[in-house]
Amino acid sequence: MLSKRIIPCLDIKDGRTVKGVNFVNIRDAGDPVELASTYAQQGADELVFLDISATNEKRKTFATLVKEIARNINIPFTIGGGINSAEDVAPLLEAGADKVSINSAAVRNPGRIDELAKAFGSQCVVAAIDARLVNDQWIVHTHGGKTPSDKELFSWAKECESRGAGEILFTSMDHDGTKSGFALTALASLHEQLTIPVIASGGAGEKRHFLEAFTSGKADAALAASIFHFGEITIPDLKHYLSQNNIPVRI
Amino acid sequence: MVLIKYNAGNIQSVSFALERLGVDFTISDNPEIINSADRVIFPGVGEASTTMAYLRDRKLDQVIKNLKQPVLGICLGMQLMCRHSEENDTECLGIFDQPVKRFVPKADFKVPHMGWNELTKVTGWISPELENKSVYYVHSYYVPVNMFTSAVTEYTVPFSAAMKKDNFYAVQFHPEKSAEAGQTILKNFLRI
Repeated sequence: MLSKRIIPCLDIKDGRTVKGVNFVNIRDAGDPVELASTYAQQGADELVFLDISATNEKRKTFATLVKEIARNINIPFTIGGGINSAEDVAPLLEAGADKVSINSAAVRNPGRIDELAKAFGSQCVVAAIDARLVNDQWIVHTHGGKTPSDKELFSWAKECESRGAGEILFTSMDHDGTKSGFALTALASLHEQLTIPVIASGGAGEKRHFLEAFTSGKADAALAASIFHFGEITIPDLKHYLSQNNIPVRI
Repeated sequence: MVLIKYNAGNIQSVSFALERLGVDFTISDNPEIINSADRVIFPGVGEASTTMAYLRDRKLDQVIKNLKQPVLGICLGMQLMCRHSEENDTECLGIFDQPVKRFVPKADFKVPHMGWNELTKVTGWISPELENKSVYYVHSYYVPVNMFTSAVTEYTVPFSAAMKKDNFYAVQFHPEKSAEAGQTILKNFLRI
């Protein structure tokens, strides 16, 4: 049976992991390679690295880091942040990344999704969508959830799928950081309306939230950052809990 | 050992996996170097018809078919070792006289089959501790279970997760991305 996936997300700025990391048994929590290896050993199913470097100069060094990550971890990983075009993507995939996620650039220019899917295959292209509820409508936001766009979540997700995205990474900006659980109703609607996998993001605070993301939210995968980085939930413990609750997970 | 160099998407990842195992290897598309290797890995990520055309243009199709040392095909590599693929109606190498079919999507079974799924009915070169272990898949086409099957995974239908015929070995999943289970499979192949 296909497993539900657990995906830690690492924010990278100028080659270092950011957001407080509180790991025992790790020498340098700011080192993305060491942190990634730790997660892989703990049983993470995939990893997502988001490059939040401020300048393009700093971004150029990112492919070197991607290569170091690929050299050291034996699970699939996705690279996101500042990806605009096929020229941005080719060096990342050649360095050993499995997928890339595209967010603001796709909202600005939806044809980018078609370009990337044609050039590299749909399985490489993750459409990341940040949305929040505005007057009972899920409105897509760009620039880290700060800027509202003219797009609505469900129609935009369907457009991403028809343009060739292989997965949707949906972050509820209303839930992100609240630790109150994922946006279950919106997730379930995405599942009903799409044929590609949906990754739930934003709101994880306890193990039960992951269970709910997979049961009522019908998500294929769930992503979280700080609760893993701070060791509030460990991956082996989470997977054991999910397995006991009849969710198929890789142990 | 030689990793066959061609337009496959996963050469870098397979190289890193072999490095992690401390294996000495060369990446090459030179027939002489490939023929003289003690083992050969035929990786693969991509589309069947363009990849077969690429191999034929460089006469690598004949080289691969006639290898006598242990050969491991990975993902598209395994599919190309079969007779024919439904992906753009492609004639393949014919090492395994088997068809490659497209998954038919069903409710709750999305295509591509992407993610971690279990190995079952493992036999032969796939070591027994891998029974029920999960490995990483990304594919839309599959080889049905047949007389050469060495492990089975189920996704809408049971399909060949791994195969063997004479000196030819093949896996549909990505051992280079399958954590410890993937490393064990690569070690299984290196032990042959």
